[in-house]
Amino acid sequence: MSDNPVRDAIAEAISSNDVILFMKGTPEHPACGFSARTVAMLEALQTPFAAVDILPDPRIRQELSALSSWPTIPQLFHDGELIGGCDIVSEMYESGELAEALGAQPRADAPQDAPAGADPAPAPLGIENRLS
Amino acid sequence: MPSARDVKSRIEAAIPGADADVQTADEVHFSATVRATAFDGLSRVAQHRLVMDVFDDELGGSIHALALKTEVP
Repeated sequence: MSDNPVRDAIAEAISSNDVILFMKGTPEHPACGFSARTVAMLEALQTPFAAVDILPDPRIRQELSALSSWPTIPQLFHDGELIGGCDIVSEMYESGELAEALGAQPRADAPQDAPAGADPAPAPLGIENRLS
Repeated sequence: MPSARDVKSRIEAAIPGADADVQTADEVHFSATVRATAFDGLSRVAQHRLVMDVFDDELGGSIHALALKTEVP
């Protein structure tokens, strides 16, 4: 353990989940189009995945990027390795490499091209009322 | 704001033998296809890192987004 609990928690999440996506928002309510597309691709491949919303705390994104040497969000990891962001995941989805790498069984109606994903919701403001 | 030509010439200057095709509609969001022999044998993630490292702190700043496709010639 280091003296950086956020980085430790991220490293632990990456190593303990076969497939994990760091994204803006949640799979149900993505807050960015790139995150939404990546979720839609994983869902088309019927791949179970863990998801971490990086928005609630800026340290998550900061430590994640420091750990992965990757500046942008989303970031998809498999077996502890960074597969890539939305561009790489889209390219691999369309070539069939993503399904192969993840050992996935695509849905019968999985589109050939990378799916567009749901319209992203605006990022939550996260205002918590502690007055009452 | 960087132009498509700026982005292209910086990628080509930084990566030996690279040939970049860069498009932008607004000089903030860029889309680039980069072919380079330097990518040979590298994973896609490593190829993309080579290109993104050229812009370092500008990504997310003056370059809001860089959609990237890398190819080995």
